Amino acid sequence: MTHNLLELRGVHTHIGAYHILHGVDLAVPDGQVTMLLGRNGAGKTTTLRTIMGLWPASKGELRFRGRRLNETATPDIAAGGIAYVPESMGIFTDLTVKENIVLAARSARHEDELDRARLDWIFGLFPALKKFWLFPAGKLSGGQKQMLAVARAICEPRALILIDEPSKGLAPSIIQNLISAFRELKSQQTTILLVEQNFNMARALGDTVAVMDNGRVVHAGAMAELAVDEGLQQRLLGLSLGAHQ
Amino acid sequence: MLNRLLSHDLPRSRWLSLALIVIVVGLAAAPFLFPGAKALSVAAKMLVFILLVASFDLLLGYTGIVSFAHTMFFGIGAYGVAIASTRLGPGFAAVLLGTALALGVSLLLSLLIGLFSLRVKAIFYAMITLAVATAFQTLASQLSDFTGGEDGLTFKNPAVLSPAFEPFEQPLLGVTIDGRIATYYLLFVAVLVMFLALLRIVNSPFGRVLQAIRENDFRAEAIGFRTVVYRTWSNVISAAFATLAGALLALWLRYVGPDTTLSFEIMLDILLIVVIGGMGTMYGAIVGAALFMLAQNYLQDLLKLGAVALEGVPVLSQLFSPDRWLLWLGVLFVLSVYHFPSGVVGRLRARTQARVAQESRR
Amino acid sequence: MKSTTLASAADAAAAVPKAQFDWKPLALLAAVMLLAVPAIGSGSTWLTLTVAGLAMGFIVFVIASGLTLVFGLMDVLNFGHGVFIALGAFVATTVMGGMAGFSAQGGWQSLLVVFGAMLAAMVVAGALGWAFERVIVRPVYGLHLKQILITMGGMIVGEEIIKVIWGPLQIALPLPEILRGSYLIGDAAIEKYRLLASAIGAVVFVALVWTLSRTKIGLLIRAGVQDREMVESLGYRIRRLFVGVFVAGSALAGLGGVMWGLYQQNVSPQIGGQVTVLLFIVIIIGGLGSTLGCFVGALAVGLVANYTGFLAPKVALFSNIALMVAVLLWRPQGLYPVTNR
Repeated sequence: MTHNLLELRGVHTHIGAYHILHGVDLAVPDGQVTMLLGRNGAGKTTTLRTIMGLWPASKGELRFRGRRLNETATPDIAAGGIAYVPESMGIFTDLTVKENIVLAARSARHEDELDRARLDWIFGLFPALKKFWLFPAGKLSGGQKQMLAVARAICEPRALILIDEPSKGLAPSIIQNLISAFRELKSQQTTILLVEQNFNMARALGDTVAVMDNGRVVHAGAMAELAVDEGLQQRLLGLSLGAHQ
Repeated sequence: MLNRLLSHDLPRSRWLSLALIVIVVGLAAAPFLFPGAKALSVAAKMLVFILLVASFDLLLGYTGIVSFAHTMFFGIGAYGVAIASTRLGPGFAAVLLGTALALGVSLLLSLLIGLFSLRVKAIFYAMITLAVATAFQTLASQLSDFTGGEDGLTFKNPAVLSPAFEPFEQPLLGVTIDGRIATYYLLFVAVLVMFLALLRIVNSPFGRVLQAIRENDFRAEAIGFRTVVYRTWSNVISAAFATLAGALLALWLRYVGPDTTLSFEIMLDILLIVVIGGMGTMYGAIVGAALFMLAQNYLQDLLKLGAVALEGVPVLSQLFSPDRWLLWLGVLFVLSVYHFPSGVVGRLRARTQARVAQESRR
Repeated sequence: MKSTTLASAADAAAAVPKAQFDWKPLALLAAVMLLAVPAIGSGSTWLTLTVAGLAMGFIVFVIASGLTLVFGLMDVLNFGHGVFIALGAFVATTVMGGMAGFSAQGGWQSLLVVFGAMLAAMVVAGALGWAFERVIVRPVYGLHLKQILITMGGMIVGEEIIKVIWGPLQIALPLPEILRGSYLIGDAAIEKYRLLASAIGAVVFVALVWTLSRTKIGLLIRAGVQDREMVESLGYRIRRLFVGVFVAGSALAGLGGVMWGLYQQNVSPQIGGQVTVLLFIVIIIGGLGSTLGCFVGALAVGLVANYTGFLAPKVALFSNIALMVAVLLWRPQGLYPVTNR
């Protein structure tokens, strides 16, 4: 029985007067890729932000490695082994690609202290980053920025990576790059919680799936089950097998 | 009837109502209650500041805009009357013409500033208004031919308002009625009317939109209100009332200089009054102005007592020096911003609400 | 920072493109200096005015650098920044007055006293900055309206406390003998103190730029200016950095206060308020949050003030505002806008 690296129980989140999460129950098994699916506005991004402590949970419990995450400050949550790739990517546009990576590598004070092997691995996955190493990150294309955002999350080993819609607006070839990157991460025992609209990508990567609607998780289970059940897909996501996005 | 006069914006607190009544009656009967030139001067300044701060409250308290250009409009009104009276000779024609021209200039400037700066962040706007006001102050002291420069302009009032005018030979209620008294009552009536007008404005649909913008301008914009338009109007109206306050001050002092209206000290005074009195309440201007004027003139005497008690103690005695009254007011200001954001008025109202809530629970 | 348009993937294979440095504002600065030559006519007068302008600019930069950095990183505009200037200047009067005997002994002794005064000013201003951040600024993070009001209140109280300690009047801050007088280059008189002030300002600039671009803390600051939330999501407690930056900014203001006081040869409690408007103009011109922008803006303001002071004194008082309007018409976000989230 795989144990859960991250657990959410009955999590509610309010943003100002808006009640976004209405009791989210989510289990992210250790060493697996969990897909978080759902329509726009279902609360997926809010869930990720609540985990990272960017928005406080008004009710409920969040546990990472068994320890409570509630009321922990964001930097401490991140330092505890969680990396976050937001939907907006959070690239520091005035900093170079190199500086973005050095910043993300908490143990490195400058380029020379980066893990060379890991860096080469990243360059292998995302060659553009090597090419534009000294370029201001703001000048990269959308796809390249996304690659940088992911690279930042993996430049050092992390226990859990939260990724919010990485494939949005990206060319299929780049999406392939991402899929292989995530597969390699999985082989390194990294746990991934991935929010994705692209169901094909979800299907290719996911071990576990949780579907959200109206601020709640309405379905959770193995991806393999959902992948073969067209009816379920229709009900939950309004699409059927073979419909490409 | 009182309800309609106050545009349904009642004090909502016994203590506040009492304070307001005391202040208004005190001001109404000031020449008779507090004889002497100094007391009347304090009362007149209080009236002017009530109007000046109330117009600033429209901008800061109701619309949520910090503008340091308020003293500029204050000065424009004062200089308008002064320059007209100097050039055209004393008389109501000059006063009215000067005021009208001043209003025109203020309207134009406030429109320009509003449209140019309101598209930027609040902090940017605050800095720019500060720069503009400073530039205007420099301009006023530089164009000495026009404005009298550093020395300012001394001028005569219309006959009825000048000290020499004494319609009654016998003193009335122990006070000789002269043009000064007439001027005082002109100020009183004008400020009363304009304050009630401001009350009407902030309680109108327009005023409510302003408050919505202050709370959340994105939301207001999303609902469909063009926030730039409303903010600009708020700027213009606020500037207009400030200009009129300036005109009134000029009539009272019969002298205008860069330091009477344009100085940064006055801007600070306005901020102190509106914060301590209570932002977004209008009544805060009245209560705050009264407190401030009393402090400015009589706190020093209080401090003297403290200074005497601490005589000889090196630094501490200086803390209580009457010249340092602004220090204590400054401390009160900082505490008010953080702890009492709705000022004295807000506090009084909160107590009433708490009491009412308690009574209804029984 | 601007750069050339992004090369296509094929072109990029050819070379590693680097960002092109945005040289235009610097060129503008040079242009102003060059245009002044024919306007002023005499080469020696131009030299004197230029040195004066640069010296003033460097001093203003030292003062304003803290303000713009604090704003960029913490989104806090400290309307009370002026109080640190005044404090620094007054601390210097006490130190230099107290050490007058030692200072009178000779050249290097008096220089030591001057540097000692500067150091003391930085320490005291930094300490007050720490207290200011804790008591006045921290409760109102994110609340811009309250920030403006409360920092102004802080300045009022600070100014009054200065008056309590040092009295409300102006105090003289004379330059030691060794720093008085000028070097003569042809007909041009270059004041010795102005050279020193420029040197100090240049050192501060280089130190700031080096810290920002070569150290991890500098990296954190630059990233934090752009996206505070993301820096926290990467695991850094950036709020701790806030205090440090605020203290550093206040210390620099204190240093600037000493430099300004020596420039005028007297100090008054109102120095802070008087310079505040100038500071705002400089950081608006430079771009809120940009150190380089602040540098160029300060030098521009200093040069323009001195040139117009000579060429058209009546206009000189508005030269700052005119410069600000002109720059904003060209670049509405300032010379080197910092892209924020």
